This record gives sequence, C-alpha cells and structure tokens, in this order.
Amino acid sequence: MAAVLPSAGKQSQVSAQRKSRTGYFLLLPGMTWLAIFFAIPFVTLFMTSLQAPVAGKSGQYVPAFQVSNYPDALAEYWPQFLRSFFYAGIATGLALLIAYPLAYFIAFKAGRWRALMLVLVIAPSFASFLLRTYAWKTILSDEGFITSFFNALHLLPDDRILNTSIAVVAGLTYNFLPFMILPLYAALEKIDPRLLEASNDLYASAFTTFRKITWPLSLPGVVAGTLLTFIPAAGDYINSELLGSTQDRMIGNVIQTNFIEFRDYPTASALSFVLMAVILVMVFTYIRRAGTEDLV
Amino acid sequence: MRWIKSKLLSVIAVLVLIYLFIPIAVVATLSFNKPEGKYNTSWNQFSLDAWTNICGVPGVCDSFMISVRIGIISTIFATILGTMIAFALVRYRFRGRATTNLLIFLPMTTPEVVMGASLLALFLNLRFPLGETTIIIAHIMFTISFVVVTVKARLQGMDPRLEEAARDLYASPRATFRYVTFPLVAPGIAGAALLGFSLSFDDFIISFFNAGTVVTFPIYIWGAAQRGIPVQVNALATLVFVVALLIVLTSQFVSYRKRKALEAGMSSDPAIAGANVKGLEAAMPRS
Repeated sequence: MAAVLPSAGKQSQVSAQRKSRTGYFLLLPGMTWLAIFFAIPFVTLFMTSLQAPVAGKSGQYVPAFQVSNYPDALAEYWPQFLRSFFYAGIATGLALLIAYPLAYFIAFKAGRWRALMLVLVIAPSFASFLLRTYAWKTILSDEGFITSFFNALHLLPDDRILNTSIAVVAGLTYNFLPFMILPLYAALEKIDPRLLEASNDLYASAFTTFRKITWPLSLPGVVAGTLLTFIPAAGDYINSELLGSTQDRMIGNVIQTNFIEFRDYPTASALSFVLMAVILVMVFTYIRRAGTEDLV
Repeated sequence: MRWIKSKLLSVIAVLVLIYLFIPIAVVATLSFNKPEGKYNTSWNQFSLDAWTNICGVPGVCDSFMISVRIGIISTIFATILGTMIAFALVRYRFRGRATTNLLIFLPMTTPEVVMGASLLALFLNLRFPLGETTIIIAHIMFTISFVVVTVKARLQGMDPRLEEAARDLYASPRATFRYVTFPLVAPGIAGAALLGFSLSFDDFIISFFNAGTVVTFPIYIWGAAQRGIPVQVNALATLVFVVALLIVLTSQFVSYRKRKALEAGMSSDPAIAGANVKGLEAAMPRS
C-alpha cells in the first residue's frame, strides 16, 4: 500500500513531531487489537498446524509436535500450490501491462480529469466482488461473443473459455487490477515532467526516454503494485471456484475446504503457514529495498 | 506521428476504464432480466420484478441488513482506532516505529484466506462461539490498516502553517486541535470510514471462515451461486454501487470547488481549507 496515496510535506511534519506519552496512548488500543487478532492468531495457527488427530474421532485434534504435517500436506497439495503462484504470476504480469498505460495517462495527461479518473479506477470495487466475478461467467460463456471470436481464430485449446484456466486467470487479472493501477499512478505522479522534457530536448526517442527515465523512476510503484496484486491473487479462491473447473483449484480452495468442510485443521493450518511464509519472504525483500517508513 | 501517439495512449486509457466497468454493466443489466431457468447468466426478457419487489426472495434483505449492521459497527471502531494510530505516526515520536509500521502493513498484504484461517484457529482454540461478534472482530482487524493509511496521507498533506498560525495567535493546543486540525483532517477520516465500510460490506473470505451460521450478503451470494443467484441480488448490488459512486463523486466535486476557490484567492484561506475560524475566534483568549 506503500505508494498508493501521495504523501506531501513530509519534511515539515517530521520537524513538528513531538515526543510525549500521548503518542503511546494513541497507539495502544489499535495496536493491541492488531496484536491480539492479527499477530497472535499466527501463533495459534502454527500450533494448530502441529496438532495430531485423536484416534477414532474425526475433526478432533490434540496439541502435539507433529512436524510431519508439513511434508504430508505439501506432498498432497503441491500442484495447487504451484498452480496458485503460476496463475497469480500470469495475472500480475497481465495487470502490469494493462495498468501501466492507464496509470501513465492519469499521471501525465489527464489534467483536470485526474481526480475523476482515479474515482473511476476504484469505483468498480463498490459493486460486489462476488457478483463481478460471477458476471465473467456471462461475459466468457460458451455462446458469448468473446468465446466465439477466439474460436473463429482457433486459438482455444478446449474450444471454450469458461471452466478453464484461462477464465480463472482472466478473473484474477480483472479483480486485482486497481491494486496495480493505484501504486503505479502514485509512483508516476512523483516524476518531475521536466525530466521527460529534458530527455526529449537531448534528442532521446520516446522509447529511450521511457526505458531510461520513466520506467526506472516508476520502479517503486511497479514493485508495490506487483506485491499488492500477486499476494491477494495467490490466496484467492473465489475466481477458481466460480470460473474454473475442478482442474483449476488453487491453494485457497484447498485451505478453505480442509478447514471448513473436512475439519482437517492441521493440514489447512500447515498450508496457510507455508503460503504466509512465501509471502513474508516477498514482503521482506521489498522492505529491504524500500524501508518501513514508506509502507503505510 | 506525435499526435497519433498521444491519442493512442488516450484510447488505451479509456479502453482500460471501460474494461473495469464491463462486469458492472453486466450485473446492472441482468437486474432487469427475467431469467429463463434458475441461473441469471444470460439475457432473456426485460422485467422490473426484481426492482419492484427487491426483498421478494427470502434471505436476501435479511443478509443485506446483517452486512450493513456489521459494516457500520466495525467501521466506527476501525475508524476511531485507525485515526488514533495515524495521528501518533505523523505527530509523535515513539520507540518501536518500524515494528508498528510493519504490524499495520502486514494485514494489507496477507491473503485473506490466511487471515481467516488463523483467526478461526484462534477462536477454535479459545472455544469462542462464532457469529456476528467474531465477524465484527475480524472486520475491525483488517480495516484498521486502511484507515491508518488514508488518514495519515491526509495529515501529511495538510498545510502545517495553518496550525502554526493558530498557535502563534495563542490558541490553546486543545482549541487548535478542535477548530483547526480536526476540521482539516475530517474529510480524510470520512473517506477512511467510507473505504472501511465498503471493505467490510464486501468481504467474503474472512467472514466465511468466522461466520458460524450467520449469513452476510456476500455469504448469501456465495451460497446462491451454486443454485442460481436471485435477480434481487443484482438489483441490490447495483443500488449499492450507484449510491457509493454518488457519495464519492459528490465529495470529489465539493473538494474540487474548494480547491478552485483556493486557487482563485492568492493566499490559502483557512476557512476555505476547512478550518472552523469562527469557532477558533470564540475560543481565543481575550486580550
């Protein structure tokens, strides 16, 4: 979320910072809430992931140190894991390609339409996520225009889009696109337009200007946007459930069904923990580049 | 050539915006549909039935009201807690800043399925009964961070000279806060509350894990997706979308007019920027 919202006047604010007990008092209630209901649950999740089943009673577990839950869970569900990262990776790449021109346009060309266009970027989120995803069933249906078009070109391996991996990736790309557009915009908006003019004055081609100036300076936005798109996409199970077939199930589906339907808490917890570990590695790689001050 | 290039970018930008709204157009169009079978996925016949009888299917309006209630309660709590944190981050120096930043950032990047599962693991281990309370607890937890980010941005974007001016005029810290700082930050807090409500209202994954037998609006849709979503759901979702869009567009328009007024006057007028000058005057020490 780092660069989502432009933050102005940082210098003047830092000088106005006071050191007093009030600061701790202001932090205490909210941070306590996050500690109890966000941080501590990871401890219980980890403990649950090591529990052992009670013989003869399904759905009941006792505290244990059964580390084998992890290799067992991964041995059974590694295809869904890989598929999640694969789908999320493609969706993130597509989102970057789609989002960049729009973010660039809003930052440099939109003029007085800038605020309105930003509203239009977030507006789709006001309509139900589930219904928007469900709407893709109609758009990508077998009788629909899009499927017929690609079929006429003989581009579809299964002669259809719905209930294939293509539909799942399309849904993921669409649903998390605003998370790519906003950080990209925030990074692009910070670029001084005079740098682009200077590059132009020095006879750099449009492409060279982009490659040498715009792209490198927008990298913080690219990194933040990639993170904010990839992570929710990798954990999502709504798109694969509504738009895909049983062959397209992702790790989120597995965690959900194991936790809620099969009541196999240790397996579901172990999988959640591995997913979180992978994501934490990504987040910390990002923090090493950017520091924590720009995170929130 | 240059002209074509700049137009090409505009065309792509507009196409991407249209792409963002295609599914919403589908949802809204299908709210005027009379589906042939039980699945409302293809156009059959125009009908206003869903709109004139919006609560006509059992469960739809009940779940809708449950989601509204959960949204309001969790938004109030999250907005208060998040605003306090934002003030601390911008205005105070304290130890453990990096940890604090991290603890606020992580809920925004953790997949919902992991947050839902870990919170359910906590509630199961504590044998805490699942229901509306656990949903509200979860919603407050994951919306706080978004409130912090929104309010913090507003605080940092504020002109510090306005508060300095109030202090220079011997306004007490309390009066400065009440008549200058708070009115200036209020739009940011309102925006954060709106964002928090929309996140809570639309949340499915975390709610589903911690709902027990409670059926929120998204959980209703999820269940209905298997047996066919009633047209009324499309009507309600369209209504929510239109109302939210109107609120945001109105507030944008108001702030746009304020900015125009600010630019028209040469100096920044605190009254136009949103400070309560009359209140401040009344609270000033008399000399």
